[in-house]
Amino acid sequence: MTIVVLNRRNLLVAGGSVLATGMLAAGVPGLLLPARADGLAPTESMSGGANNYRKGAAIVDRIGKGGFWMSGTVRRAGDGAPLAGQRIQIWAHTVEGQEHEPQSHGATLTDKDGKFRLEMPQIIPIFGQPHGHLAYDSGEFKTVFLRPVMRSAKETSLEAHFVLQPA
Amino acid sequence: MTRWKSARVILIWAALALAIGVPIAAAAASEQLAWRGPVYIFAGFAGIVALALVLVQPLLIGGYLPGLSAYRGRRAHHWIGGALALAIVIHVAGLWITSPPDMIDALTFSSPTPFSPFGVIAMWAIFIVALLAALRRRLGLRPRTWRFVHVPLAIVIVAGSVVHCLLIEGTMETISKAALCALVLAATVKVMIDLQVWRKRRTLRGESIARQ
Repeated sequence: MTIVVLNRRNLLVAGGSVLATGMLAAGVPGLLLPARADGLAPTESMSGGANNYRKGAAIVDRIGKGGFWMSGTVRRAGDGAPLAGQRIQIWAHTVEGQEHEPQSHGATLTDKDGKFRLEMPQIIPIFGQPHGHLAYDSGEFKTVFLRPVMRSAKETSLEAHFVLQPA
Repeated sequence: MTRWKSARVILIWAALALAIGVPIAAAAASEQLAWRGPVYIFAGFAGIVALALVLVQPLLIGGYLPGLSAYRGRRAHHWIGGALALAIVIHVAGLWITSPPDMIDALTFSSPTPFSPFGVIAMWAIFIVALLAALRRRLGLRPRTWRFVHVPLAIVIVAGSVVHCLLIEGTMETISKAALCALVLAATVKVMIDLQVWRKRRTLRGESIARQ
């Protein structure tokens, strides 16, 4: 009786390991080589990223009086090529206004290396976290909303990076 | 004896006033207030007051506040429970007015901020307790049934409020905030132990004996 049980267990273990080996053999190439081996995955929108978004903020040299730097990069999904001339919209609750107010919004364009940098007023904590909002929403690529959080409310800069996929 | 007794009364009430007053005063001195609108400020302070009321509740029901009879302590516990629910309504409504999408995210548990779900769960627990307390007689809830419902919800309210508050970066000053949260936890644990809330009791008399 005991032997039968043990045998069944052995059989199960053996069968299981065969199955596992089979799945590993089939699965490993898939794990190591996803659909695009050299592929850079597109950035997903962050939850709450679109909150208090005002479509079509104007391109500005600086939002308000400045003093805080928002910067980042914009690249293409897959090959990771830098995307020049892309419009990034930025807004936050700052010392000069609340998130939803027009003066808290502005936009800038990426340079030839896909980098952007916009001076804005100091971001302060709102809803319990010091955070900023950024949007790519120009149509050519899929819309992405980001909501990076500052490690400390005392920081005077914040970064966010976009990897865009065709719309 | 009498002098010591009255000194003790004054000390306990003064300690409670400090435990609540210091964090509120520290928040009132926060530089963050300069960048906030009146509605947002009011909503934030409603939250702080709510946390202070969460401290008062176990103190009242445990009979730790001198000068209040068991009956009056219990009556005050009921009224402060109602005030707590009202403070939460003001807190949520004010934040909703300040930034509707952020409040909707919080209420639907889709907020990026880790503290939001703790606050929302505590909010629902407060509303459920307040509603059941108001309907307690009409529903004919026996003390044992009431306790069975209220105690777990009270634990949810305390734990949820404390975590919610500690994770927020806002107007509250860190040390006074942590101290208030520690007191809330300590008062809750003490009242649970003193009243032996996990024990089954048959009669009201048993309850009042345990309260001595």
